[in-house]
Amino acid sequence: MNDRRVRFTLNGEPREVSVKPNDLLLNVIRDDEKLTGTKYGCGIGECGACTVHIDGRPVLACLELAVAAEGREIVTIEGLAGNGGALDPLQEAFLDNGAVQCGFCTPGMIMMGRALLDETPEPSEAEVRDYLRGTLCRCTGYASIVQSVIDAGAKEAAAD
Amino acid sequence: MYAEFDLLTPAAVGGALDELAKVENEEDCMPLGGGTNLVVDLRARAVAPKVLISVGRLSGLRGIELGEGRVSMGGAVTVSEILRHPERSRFGPALIGAAQVFAGQMVRNTATIAGNICCGSPAADLVPPLLALDAVVRLECSAGSRELPLADYFTGYKSSVRKPNELLTRVWWPEPPAGSASLFYKLARRKGDAITVVGVAVSLARENGICTRARIALGAVAPVVERVRPAEAMLEGNALEPDLIEAAARAAAQQSSPIDDVRASGKYRRQQVFVLVRRLLSRAWRSLSEGDHP
Repeated sequence: MNDRRVRFTLNGEPREVSVKPNDLLLNVIRDDEKLTGTKYGCGIGECGACTVHIDGRPVLACLELAVAAEGREIVTIEGLAGNGGALDPLQEAFLDNGAVQCGFCTPGMIMMGRALLDETPEPSEAEVRDYLRGTLCRCTGYASIVQSVIDAGAKEAAAD
Repeated sequence: MYAEFDLLTPAAVGGALDELAKVENEEDCMPLGGGTNLVVDLRARAVAPKVLISVGRLSGLRGIELGEGRVSMGGAVTVSEILRHPERSRFGPALIGAAQVFAGQMVRNTATIAGNICCGSPAADLVPPLLALDAVVRLECSAGSRELPLADYFTGYKSSVRKPNELLTRVWWPEPPAGSASLFYKLARRKGDAITVVGVAVSLARENGICTRARIALGAVAPVVERVRPAEAMLEGNALEPDLIEAAARAAAQQSSPIDDVRASGKYRRQQVFVLVRRLLSRAWRSLSEGDHP
């Protein structure tokens, strides 16, 4: 297993790292880049805690080989806040609604909610529930999570 | 990940086929598409190839083409790309229905149409609608290519006619004509990210009040996803009266050979084959009848 040089953009910054063919993108993000906001949940693509955006689309970092990141733009939960640390409106909505219990699913939920709002501004409750259905919260705080996505969508629409 | 393998990243389909041509043992080398099944299997050591050939982003395997009466998709087209395509209404409603209930959003963004076929799972959700639409698959190797009906592709549980040096590069089917209808239903324990308990796809064509073409395909109730040809034959050439639909649904349930597992008993699955085939045939036929008498 020879190491490979892989170049990608991580939260807007160009990166070049050395990875093995069997390195998962999730482990590169957490262990090498020390960005531990992205969570290692089930490891088999069923819980959504490891969701990151690749080229603007949410995918599961636990099922992506790091080599596949070559040339792509990756955004993690740490990359959502704007310059100066201003939170994304969706992060604000999670705080306002108390949409966090244990917090383990929260990064995945926010990355999914953000992707939905980018695709579908002002989604309905049904659209939110459908889009988030691959992201599991075992505290079952879904009501406030769903409400947060709806609220952030409404707030962003009002601001436009 | 503890599983070790080498990963080849050819720049084009030809390079991937050249690498596959060197394969001697099927277990030693596998093409990697989206990886949503294969990476899980690698981690579980369910498979242990020495070499993976990454093909999921090859431009030669991407793209959806419409024309000459065909819908044609490259093997690496993702489920999301099917759902986002501006001409998706021409693909066949059964396929769109299956894509909509396929896993979750993140898996749909990565999983490919060829990967869903090649993993060989009897619960693969794109396969019943593709069978109902008379899909054809293209297998390519460095020496040439061949095409065969998807209905002839599977030979048994997770086994197929694909040779170790062949790549499934394209899937195409006749564009569903006016006067035809197709539907898919996935029965599962919950809506999100659930493995199918029973999957049913039907496709019907109607002319002058007569069913001219019928397809019924069942998922997760036999070692392979399969068509129910005896039931299809009962329908073709007839007006689909409720008694006939019920008889066809009974024939479908009879042909199914479901197992008991953690998701459902075989008995329940077989009963649901009857219920769902009857329901989907009735709905599809009714939608065509309404089309005849606007």
